[in-house]
Amino acid sequence: MFALLRDRKVRGILFQLLTVIGLVAFLWYIGTNTVHNIEQRGIQTGFGFLNGTAGFAINDTPIAYNETYTHGRVFLVGLLNTLIISFVVIILSSLLGLIIGVLRLSNNWLIAKLSSAYIDLFRNIPILLQILFWYNVVLATLPSPRKSIEFFGSIFINNRGFYVPKPALNSTTISMIVAVFLAIIIIFFLNRWSNKRHENTGEEFPVLLTGIGLIIGLPIIAYFIGGADMNPSYPVLKGFNFRGGKTFYPEFLALAFALTIYTATFIAEAVRSGIEAVSKGQKEAAASIGLSGYQALKLVVLPQAIRIAIPPTINQYLNIVKNSSLATAIGYPELVTVFAGTSLNQVGQAIEIISMTMLVYLVVSLAVSALLNWINFKMKIKER
Amino acid sequence: MKSKIAKISMAAIAVIGLSASVANADTLSDTKAQGYLKCGINSGLPGFASADSKGHWTGIDIEVCRAVAAAVLGDSTKVKFTSLNAKERFTALQSGEIDLLSRNTTWTETRDASLGLNFAGVNFYDGQGFMVHKSLGVKSAKELDGAAVCVQSGTTTELNLADYFRKNGMKYKLVAYDANDQVVKGYESGRCDVITSDSSQLYSLRIKLKNPSGSAVLPEIISKEPLGPVVRQGDDKWFNIVKWSYNAMVAAEEAGITSKNVDSMLKSNNPTVKRILGVEGKLGANLGLSKDFAYNIIKQVGNYGEVFDKTVGMNSPLKIKRGLNALWTKGGLQYSPPFR
Repeated sequence: MFALLRDRKVRGILFQLLTVIGLVAFLWYIGTNTVHNIEQRGIQTGFGFLNGTAGFAINDTPIAYNETYTHGRVFLVGLLNTLIISFVVIILSSLLGLIIGVLRLSNNWLIAKLSSAYIDLFRNIPILLQILFWYNVVLATLPSPRKSIEFFGSIFINNRGFYVPKPALNSTTISMIVAVFLAIIIIFFLNRWSNKRHENTGEEFPVLLTGIGLIIGLPIIAYFIGGADMNPSYPVLKGFNFRGGKTFYPEFLALAFALTIYTATFIAEAVRSGIEAVSKGQKEAAASIGLSGYQALKLVVLPQAIRIAIPPTINQYLNIVKNSSLATAIGYPELVTVFAGTSLNQVGQAIEIISMTMLVYLVVSLAVSALLNWINFKMKIKER
Repeated sequence: MKSKIAKISMAAIAVIGLSASVANADTLSDTKAQGYLKCGINSGLPGFASADSKGHWTGIDIEVCRAVAAAVLGDSTKVKFTSLNAKERFTALQSGEIDLLSRNTTWTETRDASLGLNFAGVNFYDGQGFMVHKSLGVKSAKELDGAAVCVQSGTTTELNLADYFRKNGMKYKLVAYDANDQVVKGYESGRCDVITSDSSQLYSLRIKLKNPSGSAVLPEIISKEPLGPVVRQGDDKWFNIVKWSYNAMVAAEEAGITSKNVDSMLKSNNPTVKRILGVEGKLGANLGLSKDFAYNIIKQVGNYGEVFDKTVGMNSPLKIKRGLNALWTKGGLQYSPPFR
């Protein structure tokens, strides 16, 4: 018996078996204990509550919602708001991070120092404090609806939000949307064609300028083809507040702003580390074949730097999704605020609701990381 | 080899299975053993629960915690307060983090029936109202169509608000915050036109404003809000203790016993007084408490009227009238079943 225990292989298997048994027993204990306690205290269980009427309002809803809808609908509204804020912040913070990261390495002393001061400042203050700060600053500095800041009589800014005209969905707007997509597709193929031509003949084609022209010009042409009437609904001050038009609420703006400038600092650092990791010889080689500073950055340094910067940037994207749940402090109605907050309080089924919420974050985060891992794989240097 | 693993795992499962089934709650002996009461309260609502500069809690909800501590442990100071926001409160009670929730909580059917909770009484009859900036010139809640309304999320207030505007065919913009402090901040900075809450809370929130006289409470009361202490379902003994600790305060007021005259009342000839104070009968013992449990409450905390007066009533900054909270003999709703 004990002789057997001295056998390394047997011992290894034994300990692994014991660990698995211990883990299963532990989970089983927690599970049964929870079920037992819930039954004893008469707390409702199951997912039936999702069909129950919610009874409360939500201020910022991307899909139709009012208090007669169900808790299941609340879940959807919260989920969509989480996705919207994450998407907006990912786009904005990537752009800002890229710019700041490059500027930090600028030869201009002032620009470089300003960029690094920005990074040091915003990276080192807890994000929750920043959200609360920007929110209360936004509320405190903007005027009341009756004294709104006004542009062209149709755009209004006050402490209830940012109001813009909202185009009706008619032939004009639809053809303009189609035109934008068309422009993007044309630019894609134009870029391909110009690269090929550049490789073959060495001639440059002004893709950037043509692209800008296309993306502005095509929708303008489409505007006139589609009937030249967007028939927008304008925000109008009625009683206490503005009605009509599209509203961006202060909660959304403050959250998007705070998360963007916070996350951009980390992305900027990832970009900088990527650029600095490209060996100096590469830049010198680029200069020696006659590339300008901008060309060297665009054609030689950035393509290599981005490969190095992608993994840390993925982490930041995941953090954005998770940090969006801090919105609960200022009442932006994302998943944690409305579903794991208000709905939970109305129906009291913590285990079901919190598990659903955790599952959502898990799935969203795994999807983001899978997507970016795929991009990372595609961007890898192809060893030949 | 195999048999040994089997034996060990069988033993492990047996032990765990046993310990899972022992979890039968006895809050009374747990509280006695640990020597203090775990009570969940509001983190800051003048009149109901607020801490002074020395960290000493005062408020009508606080006194309920103290009364239960006096009844169970004989000492009203032996309370460990846990401040909770509206969203955390039920989970904290369900999970056993606290044993008594006394946090201006409205008694509703859903909460009573499906959250695994029991309401032990009503220590404050309240109703929901609105407070507006005077500069808006609004005189009635019916004029609030289109207004932005600040509210604490996860409360019955949020549901009543939706009902009221729907019933009257009006629209509103909801601005919901987690914490009461942010609600006040939002209202002060003009994020919303109106703040809605239980009307007693509106008075206490108004004190917190920088310019209290710039805001007015509208006359409409749009809901019934019976606020009371809550316990977990499934421990009837503990439920009874909390119920009768509270009843003792009301009964004492009915019988004219106060914290000042309670010692002389011990010699009273009135049989009701004798039963309440434990001089006659064994009412405390039936609850699993000492026979002088009500004496301890009245001596250390006071009767309902005294508590009301010093926390929210005329001797407090809130100056709320007794109204519905007067004794039933004086046209109110506060009523204790007989001590018999």
